[in-house]
Amino acid sequence: MIAGDRDALLLRGPRDAVVFRLGRRSAALAAITWLLAGCAAVLSLSLGRFDIETAGVLRVLGGGGTLIEYDVVVRNRLPRAATGLGAGAAFALSGAILQRIAANPLVSPDVIGVNSGAAFGALAVLTVFGGSGLHTVAGALAGAGATAAAIFALSAKRGLSGHRLVLVGIGVAAMLTSGVSFLLTRADYHGATAAAAWLTGSLANRGGLHAAIIAAALAAAVPALVVLARHVRLLELGDELAGVLSRHAGRARTALVAVAVGLAATATAAAGPIGFIALAAPQIVRRLLPGRGAAFAPTAAVGALLTVSADLAARMLFAPVELPVGAVTGVVGAPVLLYLLARANRIGHAG
Amino acid sequence: MAGSTTAARSGPAAGPIPRSGNGGSLFTGGIGRTAGLVLACLLLAAASALSVLVGNYDLSVADALSALASPGGGDADRVVWHVRVPRTATGVLAGMGLGAAGAVMQGLTRNPLAGPGILGVNAGGAFAVVSAMAFLQVSSLAGHLWSAFAGAALAAVFVYALGSLGGGASPVKLALAGAAFSAMVGSATTAITLLDPSVLNDFRFWTVGSLTRSGSGDLAVAAPAVLAGVGLAVLIGRDLNAVALGEDMARSLGTRALAARALGAVSVVLPAGAATAIAGPIGFVGLVVPHMARALTGPDYRWIVPWCVLLAPTVLLLADVLGRVLIRPEQLQVGIVTGLIGAPFFIHLVRTRKAARL
Repeated sequence: MIAGDRDALLLRGPRDAVVFRLGRRSAALAAITWLLAGCAAVLSLSLGRFDIETAGVLRVLGGGGTLIEYDVVVRNRLPRAATGLGAGAAFALSGAILQRIAANPLVSPDVIGVNSGAAFGALAVLTVFGGSGLHTVAGALAGAGATAAAIFALSAKRGLSGHRLVLVGIGVAAMLTSGVSFLLTRADYHGATAAAAWLTGSLANRGGLHAAIIAAALAAAVPALVVLARHVRLLELGDELAGVLSRHAGRARTALVAVAVGLAATATAAAGPIGFIALAAPQIVRRLLPGRGAAFAPTAAVGALLTVSADLAARMLFAPVELPVGAVTGVVGAPVLLYLLARANRIGHAG
Repeated sequence: MAGSTTAARSGPAAGPIPRSGNGGSLFTGGIGRTAGLVLACLLLAAASALSVLVGNYDLSVADALSALASPGGGDADRVVWHVRVPRTATGVLAGMGLGAAGAVMQGLTRNPLAGPGILGVNAGGAFAVVSAMAFLQVSSLAGHLWSAFAGAALAAVFVYALGSLGGGASPVKLALAGAAFSAMVGSATTAITLLDPSVLNDFRFWTVGSLTRSGSGDLAVAAPAVLAGVGLAVLIGRDLNAVALGEDMARSLGTRALAARALGAVSVVLPAGAATAIAGPIGFVGLVVPHMARALTGPDYRWIVPWCVLLAPTVLLLADVLGRVLIRPEQLQVGIVTGLIGAPFFIHLVRTRKAARL
């Protein structure tokens, strides 16, 4: 049953047991952005050594095409595009959660060091234990979880302050960077080259496993977020007020942080620590939409669009040399961070 | 000199300087401070000796002394003159530069979190060096030195400007601006290195600070820059004291604020850039050592700066020696050691101060 007013649709369950509020503009933005992201992904499928037109790609995806076209598009190129879409969405969601909870646009997993933790964990598994595939994912999850726990424990003192969180995260990230450099200097030449590309965040040579990892993470996180999203507006009022207004504020916050860390960790495991997606996507959406809803759906879409188009740019700008996607998001995204800082400084409050 | 600390003790308005600062410090008063500096010199000498003696090739004191006094052609002589002495000299020079730069930065910005690493000066220097390597085919150390200076200077100006938008550069704003700048420049640096695998292979070692990469010729190029910057830093201690009282107070005391800032900027960029050029980006030494110096000698920058100049190379050399023995027979680069030891100190600083202002 669908009813609603000018701004939002209300999706009601049987006998109004559950009602979801769906913002019209938010839903429209999400739909348009997902469409654009899909177009970028199809464009990325047509790119590579084997010449195939966009129309050909669509034909193959529709079930037609020759055997070799099917092999190239679905086996070789689809995992890359799917991993890009999924990882972008996961990073963006993770950033949106953390930024809203800490009420600070700088608290995103890449700035506060969660990505560094995941990268360190995965790299340790890769270089020290010689693991691969699922082991790397386990390493990334362990690294990100331990890092996030350390950051939150170290900065939780008289409540959670956004700024202290960021600064502690910078310190922790510096330590992890030392660790990563150490692992890199001990790797051999080929290992170091591969690891360096992975460390900037790369979508090259993705396989079905990577896409499956990120799909599983999103499949677990999205239902959780649908339930938890309504707590976000409460939590961004700050610890004290949220605690007064709801008995479940603490538990909801822990759950949301866990989801955010899990998403960032799996995305890092699948695609490497692609920078600035988590930082920029929620900020873009915040400027496009009125109101203060959680807006997770459009944020995920913008993250996916940013990642896939950055990957396209990275492959086409210096052709035939392909840059890892993280190099592009870093150079393009860092000015966003600088802008946020400058704006926060100008209005005298980092929020 | 020691009797005229009027600036640091000018009554109730002393603001950011803890008035009881001297009370908790070890080396106060003219004699105590001079004795302390002598002690610091001895510590530096001991650290240098350790740095010459410790390593994978075992050297006895007698071997080292005879090699230093009359270089022959033996293994010991070669190890001493071609490996250990340049390494130690690099450590001394880079440490002096980083210590002086860190002290001046913390004084000028009135910011306990300032340091060449946190504020992005190292990252700027590194980016400039890599760009010069990749695009201009610069390979001489003099070329690296100049590009490191340029990068460090641009980074310092940019970060300070960004951090002081909207009236006053608070510690948090500056640290965030530095981190943001480092992140941006870092990804650009990585992009450049990834375009050219040979640059990457050099750069993965360059990006962790290490004392082993400079020969005596390189050091001779960098030494004048470090020494000039360090000398300038020592000379502007009085101005730093005035700046520590706050903008308004400094002006009413007759400090030439603009001149002090300009000289201070030079005494940050020269030594920090030179240190980055000879040793690569080394984090946290410039951040931590001024705090040690302040704990030892009190809040007077005329003493803090000389202490930093002596303590920082001691710390750096000890970290390097630690890196040599920790995972024998392999070595940890000094930048990794300082990162692992220094970052917890930074976190401690963040935790113990009020997050809003610090």
